[in-house]
Amino acid sequence: MSLLPYLIAGWVFLVGVHGIATSRNLIHAVGCLAVTQSSTYVLLLAVGYRKGATAPVFSDLPVDAPVVDPVVQALALTDVVVGATVTALLLALVVQTAKRHGTVDPDELSELKG
Amino acid sequence: MDRLLPLIVVVPLLGAAVLVAAGRHVPRPVAEAVAGLAAAASAALAAAALAGPPEVSWVGAWRPQDGHSVGIVLVGDRIGLGLAALTSLLVVAVLAYSWRYFDEPPHGHGGAFPALVLLFQGGMCGFALTGDLFDAFVFFELMGVVGYALTGYRVEEARPVQGALVFGFVNSLGGYATLLGIGLLYARTGELGMAQVGRELDQAADAAGHGADALVVAAFVLVLTGLLVKAAAVPFHFWLPDAHAVAPTPVCMLLSGVMVEMGGYGAARVWTTVFGGPGGVPAAGARRTLLVLGVGSALVGALMCWQQRHVKRLLAFSTVAHTGLFLTGIALLTPHGVAGTALYVLGHAGAKAALFACTGILLDRHGSVDECELHGKGRGIPFTGLLFAAGGLALAGLPPFGTSLGKALVEERSPWLPALFVLVSAVTGGAVLRVAARVFLGAGQAGREDDEGPETTGGEEEPETGRRVRRPPVPMVTVAALLLAGALAVGTVPALTGAVSAAAEAFTDHAGYAAAVLDGRPAGRPEGPYDWWTWTGAGLGLLSAALAVALAARSVGLESRAVPWSAPLRRLHSGHVGDYVAWTVAGIGLVSLLALW
Repeated sequence: MSLLPYLIAGWVFLVGVHGIATSRNLIHAVGCLAVTQSSTYVLLLAVGYRKGATAPVFSDLPVDAPVVDPVVQALALTDVVVGATVTALLLALVVQTAKRHGTVDPDELSELKG
Repeated sequence: MDRLLPLIVVVPLLGAAVLVAAGRHVPRPVAEAVAGLAAAASAALAAAALAGPPEVSWVGAWRPQDGHSVGIVLVGDRIGLGLAALTSLLVVAVLAYSWRYFDEPPHGHGGAFPALVLLFQGGMCGFALTGDLFDAFVFFELMGVVGYALTGYRVEEARPVQGALVFGFVNSLGGYATLLGIGLLYARTGELGMAQVGRELDQAADAAGHGADALVVAAFVLVLTGLLVKAAAVPFHFWLPDAHAVAPTPVCMLLSGVMVEMGGYGAARVWTTVFGGPGGVPAAGARRTLLVLGVGSALVGALMCWQQRHVKRLLAFSTVAHTGLFLTGIALLTPHGVAGTALYVLGHAGAKAALFACTGILLDRHGSVDECELHGKGRGIPFTGLLFAAGGLALAGLPPFGTSLGKALVEERSPWLPALFVLVSAVTGGAVLRVAARVFLGAGQAGREDDEGPETTGGEEEPETGRRVRRPPVPMVTVAALLLAGALAVGTVPALTGAVSAAAEAFTDHAGYAAAVLDGRPAGRPEGPYDWWTWTGAGLGLLSAALAVALAARSVGLESRAVPWSAPLRRLHSGHVGDYVAWTVAGIGLVSLLALW
C-alpha cells in the first residue's frame, strides 16, 4: 500500500481551503470548495484500489477475478451528486449576491458583522 | 413494526415530491395542508415507534451475516426517535406559524416553501435515525443544502444571500472533513455501519493489544469536525449568527430549535457507538475535546449575545451559548449527562422557537428587529410581550421550565458546573428580558448607535407577510404559546424524565448498541429510578432567573450594551467567508490537539 494517494488527498484538501480563505472572488471560492471536495474522491478511490485489479463489472469477467472495491465507488458517486447540488446552489447564491450587492468580492460584503 | 422507521423519513420526502410536482397547480391553502398532513403523519409515526419496543430496520432485508453487512440500517433507539419526533412536531408548528406568511408566494411557486421545509424535516429525521456513517453524511448534506436554500429563501434581498453563502461554505467544508474521516474508518475496518465499525475497531485493538492509533484519532477528529460545525461550537460557530439573522423567522425556529442540536446529537452518537469502546479514542481525550469547546462556546455565545441589538442575531448567539452548555453536558459521557442534556434540548427547542415566533410578529408589525428602533413600540401587544418575557425566563432557567430541569440535572454532576450554567443562563436570559422591557414596556433608554465596534443593526427589514400586520395574527401567537407550554410540560411531567433517563442509559451503552443492531438483541431496559427536581437544582434555577432579571433591570437604563474589552472578539465576527473558513481549519487543529494531548 502506497502512502502517496493519502498525502495527495490531504494536499488537495489544504490547497482548496487555502484558495477559499484567500479568495477575492466568490465564483473562484465556489471552485475552490469543489477542489476541496475532490480530496474526498481521491481518498475514497485510494481506499478501494487493489494492484492489478480491474473494474468490478462481472459481465465479461470470471467470478474470481480480482476487482477493486465497488463500495467506495458507490460512495464517490453519491459524493459527486452531493457536490453538484452544493456547487449549483452556491453559484445561484453568488449570482444573487452579484445582483443585490453589485460585487462578488467577499471583502466588500460587510452587511453582517459584530 | 420495523417498517415504521423508514416511513418516518419517507413520508416527508414524498410530501415534498408531491408539492414540487403539483405545487404550481393547486392553491396555496391546499399545498400547505398537504405539507402539514405529511409532517403530522411523520410525527405520529415517530410517536407510535416510541410507544413500541426498540426496533432496528434493515432496508430491503439486507440483514447482517456474522456481524457484517453492507445494508442500510435505521435504528429506532429512544433518543434518536425522540429527536425525530421533536423535529416533526416543530415542523408542524412552523407550518402552522407560516399560515399567514409570505402573503404572495412567487407566481408558480406556491408549494416551494412547504416543500423545502418537508425536505429539511426528512433530512433531520434521517440523520437522527440512521445507524450508518455514510448515510449520516448524506442526510447531513441534505439538511445542510436545504438549510442554505431556506436561509436564502428571500433571494431578492441583499442580506439573506450573504448569510446563506457563509452558511453554505462553512457547513459544506465541515461535511467534507466528516467524509474524509468516514473514508479513513472504512479503510481501517471495511465497514460503514456505526455498530460494525465500533466492533471491528474493538476486535483490532484486542488483537493488537493496544488502543487507538494515529489513524483512528485522525478519523475521530475529522468526523467530529463536521458535526461540531453543525453544532456551532467555537471556533466553528461563525456561520450561525449570520445565517440566523437573515433567515425567514419560521426557518430560524427550525435551525435554532433542532438543526444545531443535531450536531451535538451526532457527536454523542458517533462517540458512543464508534469510538466509545477499547479500540476507539480514550474517553479522557473525547471528554477534554467536548468540554473545552463546550465551555468556550457557552462563554463566547453569552458575551456576544449580550451586546447585540439585532434581536434575531441576539437569539442566534444565545443558541451558540446554549449548544455550548449541551456539549458540556454531553462531555460528561455519562447517562446522567445525556439525560439532562436531552431534557435541556427539549425545553430549549420550545422556548427558543417561541422567542423567534414573537420576534417574527414584531418584524411583521414594524418592519424592524432592532432593539433600539423598536423601543416602546410593542406596548400595544401585551400578550406577545408576555410570551417573549416568559421565553426569556425559560432561557434563564426559571423552574419549572424544561430548560431548568435539564440544566439542574447536568450541573449537579460536578462542583464547578453550576457556576458556568448559572452565569450563561443568566446572561442570555437577561439579554432577552432587556429586549422585552425596552420593546414591550418602553422602559429605560432607547439605546444608541454603538461606537465601540462593528455591529449589525436590525432596522429596515422587510416584513415577511407582504404588508405590515396591525394585530398579531392568531396562528402566530397560538403557536408561540403552545411552544412555551411544551417547554413547561417538559419540566413538569415526571414520566418524561423517567423515559429520557432510561433512553440515556441505552444511548451510552457501546456494547449494547452493537448487540441490538448486529445480533438482533434489542436491549429492552426497564425504567429504573431516576433523578427529578431537587431543592438545589430548583434553587440554582431561581438564582439564575433572578440574576437575569437583575441584569436586565440594571442595563435597561444604560445607553450602551457594549462590553469594552470584547471589541477584538466582535471584530472577529467579520462576515467574511475566507475568515470563517480559516477559523474552521484552525478548529480542526485545536480539536486534534485536544484529542491527542
